[in-house]
Amino acid sequence: MRLTGRFGRFGGCYVPEILVPALEQLEAAFLDAQEDAAFATELNDLLANYAGRPTPLTRCRNLPGNIYLKREDLLHGGAHKTNQVLGQGLLAKRMGKTRLIAETGAGQHGVATAIVGALLGFETVIYMGAEDVERQKLNVFRMELMGARVVPVTSGDQTLKDAINEALRDWAASFETTHYLLGTAAGPHPFPTMVREFQRIIGREARAQIQEQLGQLPDAVVACVGGGSNAIGLFADFIDDPVRLVGVEAAGKGLDGEEHGATLLRGTPGILHGAETYILQDGDGQIADTWSVSAGLDYPAVGPEHAHLKDSGRAEYVGATDAEALAAFKLLAEKEGIICAFESAHALSHALKLAEAEPDSAILVGLSGRGDKDVAQAQALLA
Amino acid sequence: MSRYAAIFERLNRDGAFGAFLMLGDPDLETSARLLDEVIAAGADMIEVGIPFSDPVADGPVIQAAAQRALAAGVRVGDCLDLIRALRRRNNDVSIGILTYANIVFARSGFIRDSAEAGADSLLIADVPALEAEPFTREMQQAGIEPVLIAAPNTPDATLRRIASLSKAYTYCVSRAGITGTHAAGQFDAGLVERLAAVGAPPPVFGFGISTPDHVNAALATGAKGVICGSAIVDRVSHGGSAKELVGLLKSATFNDKAGTTRGRND
Repeated sequence: MRLTGRFGRFGGCYVPEILVPALEQLEAAFLDAQEDAAFATELNDLLANYAGRPTPLTRCRNLPGNIYLKREDLLHGGAHKTNQVLGQGLLAKRMGKTRLIAETGAGQHGVATAIVGALLGFETVIYMGAEDVERQKLNVFRMELMGARVVPVTSGDQTLKDAINEALRDWAASFETTHYLLGTAAGPHPFPTMVREFQRIIGREARAQIQEQLGQLPDAVVACVGGGSNAIGLFADFIDDPVRLVGVEAAGKGLDGEEHGATLLRGTPGILHGAETYILQDGDGQIADTWSVSAGLDYPAVGPEHAHLKDSGRAEYVGATDAEALAAFKLLAEKEGIICAFESAHALSHALKLAEAEPDSAILVGLSGRGDKDVAQAQALLA
Repeated sequence: MSRYAAIFERLNRDGAFGAFLMLGDPDLETSARLLDEVIAAGADMIEVGIPFSDPVADGPVIQAAAQRALAAGVRVGDCLDLIRALRRRNNDVSIGILTYANIVFARSGFIRDSAEAGADSLLIADVPALEAEPFTREMQQAGIEPVLIAAPNTPDATLRRIASLSKAYTYCVSRAGITGTHAAGQFDAGLVERLAAVGAPPPVFGFGISTPDHVNAALATGAKGVICGSAIVDRVSHGGSAKELVGLLKSATFNDKAGTTRGRND
């Protein structure tokens, strides 16, 4: 490896030996592409003319305080995921791979991978927990419509983490022809670094846009954290600024119980899915079950750079419960006419608390995705 | 001399036969009985899994075994007790632990406790040579031998690192992919030669060992032994006898070509 793949003590490359050459090949392709103007040109063209970048920065007219929304919900595919699947898709082509595999929880990353599979001409296989396949039939159909094959995962708890396990198992046998298009800034090196770089555009645009609209930097930047790709993408260009960085985890049914996904708030260091990071686990190191109303935050580990940002104190991490997120989801729809993803509603929920405490603060919120996928569930929950 | 070294020396030109079982599968009593059964059937080396909730290097058979053990409430401490009791019953067989990084990392004192329980070696399936050094250092301090994995696609530079960091044997994977009996391996004599050239610990093939032909093909490369896992676990999970399978596979480790060794083992 050319980079250490470490963020402080966190990160690393904890995979079976057989996968190390594939990750070395990926790191080399990524670093070479970063130096290649033609790669940047092609990626930027796709981001602008296919995916619809730049996305707007919207100042909320009717919510209290001074809240700005970075509108990744308006990106093609409906979430920030599209940014990095385009990047990884081009890298996979560069490496001569012909097949993509990916994991998905509720289906957003699966849909994003199916998009790039169709666009760039890959055979695409999506691993998805069998229960999620049943619950998210529309997303399964979307993926299939774009030519992907969806494989229901029946091992373990049949959730996102089991879908990742199954994708890793596939990749251990298929890496010569197949790129594992991991969906977040977690996993073994080089994924956390690579995904951050492909998502960095969120914060880069937002930083310029808010300076143009407001004439200054925001006081706080707030994003939800599951695996952590949208948060790290939003934070990356603000790291050296005198700006509060706040990550919002899923507090689920409450941080006092066990039904949440608050890895940084309630987890302990461990090694899962290739990286040393914070993990929800028992004293033996068995991985805990997690819960969140939002499938995208329902994950027992977190990207290793967030673990480092927490321990170094550069970023702060808080929780929003299912009920708080749902209230923010409803409020944004009523006041601003925007239906956001449940994940994004966690970030907004905390931004509203900050706005109440400090009405003059300018708060930048990562609105990571749109809420179409969640409306049926919202209808049931709000009834 | 370590138990592994003694076993390889004793067997001379025959191959060592390693039997893998998941500790606590399906419960602690059965697990202890199965350990004795595979030793009685001829296993030279016992490899034991300590169940982990998310075993990414394992196929459906071993995954299910880990799930059964965890569902039965088996804890890491119970597994170490099984090892300790086995060591009291048998001082000759080597006991190697196969598990995952988070078990070793998150359960404080795991390496020390494993050594004290009487395990001879520890292989961590998701710790490649690149990340192994902090673990192997602690193992050496505790007196348990590190085992690392070599694959056909592992470059020579990594094999040199494996040679410098590991001890008991080198776990050679015969093919890409995960554990399981469905795909037979391609036993790569080139890998065995490359390991010898860098002075790595004796090569032992795992993955895809379920028939006497596999054992013969693996040992024909010059490997010092084989480990059979999924086939045994699959057999016992369906109520079958490990004894017959282990006996069959063990008999394939005798070096008939030399013409003399079989009698010694009969």
